[in-house]
Amino acid sequence: MKNETPVTKLFSRGLLQENTIFRQAISLCPAIAVTSTVKNGFMMGIAVLFVQAMVNVSVSSIRRWIHPRIRLPIFMLISSGWVTITDMCVAAFAPDIYATLGLYIQLIVAFASILAAAESFASKNGVIASFFDGVGRGTGFTLALIAISAVREVLGKGTILDIPVLFGSKPLLIMILPAGGFITAGILMALFNYLDKKFSNKATA
Amino acid sequence: MSHEFLHLLEIVIASSLINNFVFTRFLGLCIFFGVSKKTETAVGMSITFTMVMMISAAASWIVFNYLMIPMHLEFLKIVVFIGVVAGLVQASDTIMKKIAPALFHKLGVYLALISTNCIILAVPIISVDEKYSFLESIALGLGSGLGFAIALILMASLRERLELANVPKPFKGLPIAFVITGMVALAFTGFSGLIAE
Repeated sequence: MKNETPVTKLFSRGLLQENTIFRQAISLCPAIAVTSTVKNGFMMGIAVLFVQAMVNVSVSSIRRWIHPRIRLPIFMLISSGWVTITDMCVAAFAPDIYATLGLYIQLIVAFASILAAAESFASKNGVIASFFDGVGRGTGFTLALIAISAVREVLGKGTILDIPVLFGSKPLLIMILPAGGFITAGILMALFNYLDKKFSNKATA
Repeated sequence: MSHEFLHLLEIVIASSLINNFVFTRFLGLCIFFGVSKKTETAVGMSITFTMVMMISAAASWIVFNYLMIPMHLEFLKIVVFIGVVAGLVQASDTIMKKIAPALFHKLGVYLALISTNCIILAVPIISVDEKYSFLESIALGLGSGLGFAIALILMASLRERLELANVPKPFKGLPIAFVITGMVALAFTGFSGLIAE
């Protein structure tokens, strides 16, 4: 392919510039729903990463045969197929995690980010580029989930990955409640904006 | 009979207030943050949403119980439900355009948005997981739609006020909306004791 964007650039774009959660603010539901512990956040992130990469690869490998008018239903079919596979794998190999994540894993189908990536990138680019685009977006998503869940787990439960870190002091219950999730996400998003502004100002100055 | 009715009412209240989709189950957030900027759009969206939700809950219940269970295709539920919902949305779009053009002109935009909403897919999945009856799944659809409507309208009114407030720069736009949602969610936890287990 001509004028191919370097792999690292594809990767970092999904990771930072177009970070699904902090930047595009789509697919927010799981970002709040499953981030009460780092473990859950991480698992959810991995599931999304897998689906995103696989959908991108499948869409890009059959992109020549998809008629533009029916592309959305096709993308949805492809993504629901991969989501079903992921759903069954998690249910089989990690039943305890599945108990809390199950519904949200099934709902990856309705993720705007996956359809958006298929539509805007995978349907126009080669298989390898699409793979790395998917992995980049997925990693960005995973890191965002880990960031949110780390804050919530430390403040809400006083642990990180089930290891106690707040010696003696009482955890704040609100942080693991739904409300804490929204507030944490909002504050982290503001922080991301702030750092981004500062960083890009420095670059231009 | 009246006992049955009370049970259905209980599902409606539980799914709209106690397990409010936006504030305690965190679903449909994309749309929630997307259309909650103006009260008028919020109202239009909520009406369309509640209608589609009830119809799709009913349709997917029928498909699941009369087609998928006899054919042992339960594992395909994600694929089938998204098909049913997308088909329904497309169909109601076409029907509305033909029968009620005025209504379509007002609400048509929202219909297209709905098919990629996770709530609309969550309702059939939850009602299948809970093994709800036909009426119960419709009640769940109605309750979830109402709950979403409450959330959307509350949020839209708050955000209209916020336009005038002096918000710190990095918080402008979405971040402050998140923080506010968190506070409203905190208020909604007060409903959790409403129905005795």
